[in-house]
Amino acid sequence: MSAVGGVAAGERVGRSGLPAFRVSRSTRLHLVVLVVSIAIVVGLATVPMWAQVSVTRTLITLFGLIALAQMWNLLGGFAGLISVGQQAYIGIGAYGLWFFGDELHIHPFLAVPCAAVLAALIALPIAPLLFRLRGGYFAIGTWVFAESIRIIVSNIQATGGGSGKTVVSAALLPRDTRIFGTYWVGLAVAVGAILLVYLLLRSKRGLALTAIRDNTLAAQSSGVNVFTSKLIVYVAAAFGCGAMGAVVAMNLLRIQPAASFSINWTAFAIFIVVIGGFGSIEGPILGAVIYFALQQTLSQYGSTYFLLLGVIAVVMATKLPRGLWGLVTARWDIHLFPVRRGLVLESQPDAPAASEAPLPVEHVTP
Amino acid sequence: MNWVNVAIQGILLGGLYALFAIGLALVFGVMRLVNLAHGDLGILAAFIALGFVRSGVGLPASAVLSVIIMVAVGYVLQRGLLNFTLGTDDTRPIVVTFGLAIIIQNALLLKFSADEQGLNGGSLETASIHISNRLAIGWYPLLVFILAVVIIAALQAFLNGTKMGRAFRATSDDREAAELMGMNNRHVYALAMAVSLGTVAIGGLALAVRTSFDPTSGPFNLIFAFEAVIMGGMGSIWGTLLGGVLLGAAQTLGAQAFGSGWGILCGHAVFLIVLALKPSGFFAKTVTA
Repeated sequence: MSAVGGVAAGERVGRSGLPAFRVSRSTRLHLVVLVVSIAIVVGLATVPMWAQVSVTRTLITLFGLIALAQMWNLLGGFAGLISVGQQAYIGIGAYGLWFFGDELHIHPFLAVPCAAVLAALIALPIAPLLFRLRGGYFAIGTWVFAESIRIIVSNIQATGGGSGKTVVSAALLPRDTRIFGTYWVGLAVAVGAILLVYLLLRSKRGLALTAIRDNTLAAQSSGVNVFTSKLIVYVAAAFGCGAMGAVVAMNLLRIQPAASFSINWTAFAIFIVVIGGFGSIEGPILGAVIYFALQQTLSQYGSTYFLLLGVIAVVMATKLPRGLWGLVTARWDIHLFPVRRGLVLESQPDAPAASEAPLPVEHVTP
Repeated sequence: MNWVNVAIQGILLGGLYALFAIGLALVFGVMRLVNLAHGDLGILAAFIALGFVRSGVGLPASAVLSVIIMVAVGYVLQRGLLNFTLGTDDTRPIVVTFGLAIIIQNALLLKFSADEQGLNGGSLETASIHISNRLAIGWYPLLVFILAVVIIAALQAFLNGTKMGRAFRATSDDREAAELMGMNNRHVYALAMAVSLGTVAIGGLALAVRTSFDPTSGPFNLIFAFEAVIMGGMGSIWGTLLGGVLLGAAQTLGAQAFGSGWGILCGHAVFLIVLALKPSGFFAKTVTA
């Protein structure tokens, strides 16, 4: 039962008067999920070898959306930090790719992690300032920061002003290297974003984050350092958005302030997470795929399409706040990623059935 | 003298920002709601007036009709939608009002296109008071500023002196206790939103006569209103005027000093500095956020 990922902490707790139990996170399902996930990632990795360039380019868009949604959900779904300013770090990532690639002559594929680190470094001093604001005011504060960066970039000659720049270092790569490389870097960023959230949630800090998500005050009084937890999440999300922005820029080979720092990135992220489901890893993936399908079929309708997105977001947030994945978990109690800790009763004579599946001990807000 | 001129322009511009800020501060004060569609609702008011003007109604009548419609929209919006997002977690109202902003922007784009529009205020737009050869104050910005002062004073009097104003303050202090005292919070919230959208409609109309606007002008005004609220100090209505004046002066003086592209950034910079040094703002009351 605990073959995958091991037993959390591995402790066997047997207290007098209580049945013996241990804390476990993994079930047989997770072994299947692990195998299927690896198969999907390997399958996706082979796509540029047999598919047309248009397919790989479109899939890079999907990878970007998955990474973006994971980061936004990490902020909003786990740390209670609703940001409408993640486009700041997407833009920094995009311009970072140009800066490290074209100006410092670092290989474009290596410039992607450099750009992500740059975004994280900028986020570090900004976070404490923005944390002075709460809730909705924090949201607008992040927007002010993104707007400030956009104005600076649009007004500086060195970054190409309002018309932007071509990412020459990436454009000059041999065609196949560029197409294959951009695709794999994009896939790596999407998988990396999921792994980042997963590993963060599996760690001790993840328990703190779940506690903050469910009740900040109670978490704080139980000894959780809310500030540090939120800081880690904010910087990690900036890192992920920076990497994602760099990938998008490498895919388009073009950076421009109005597009790179567009509020639309936030609109996409909110829509994806709201439709997929807050506070889970599966929700944003599901939402990204649904959103991607809508985008591919409906985005030609322009304003009508955005109007529809707005309506769906409002309806979902009021009628179905846990999103579509919330429906799935409510109906079947499936959790594909073993981040929840469950109690497994050991040799319980009274209720033998209970030992089969871990009982969730975490409170999930309805 | 030119700098004095610019500074006066900035201060008067603060009146316009205050008109946008009052409503944002009011609904936050009464029901802890941050309305991300606030700026877009102001622009919606301008477009409603534009629609009336185009169908042959005079500007003053169009403006009055627009404000009345927005007051009604505020009540219905709060009762029919936003009340259901309150009291659960912080996330829902933010997401819902953000979605609302997207809906308003794109509905306006469909109806009015992305073209820049304007409301023609006639000779009032250019008339000015000559103080000296090099110092003049525009009548229109001055009137907008006076309007802001009058509205703030009226709102303060309403909050302090009327039964409904007392209800606003009571729910702001403790919503459960207010409900226990027999108040219908959902009704109180809806009235607060009605007042909020009435004031932001006046702000949107004032903006529309002053400068050109388009369906995507809303977010900027939300951001400016927000900066005015935070700098002025949460929970203080007069503070929004001070915050607006500070922001307006920073923007116009910044544009004068560094070039027109940098003016708004100077406003953001002053806001971030105030946030770093005096996060509670200048006029903060002891209302808990």
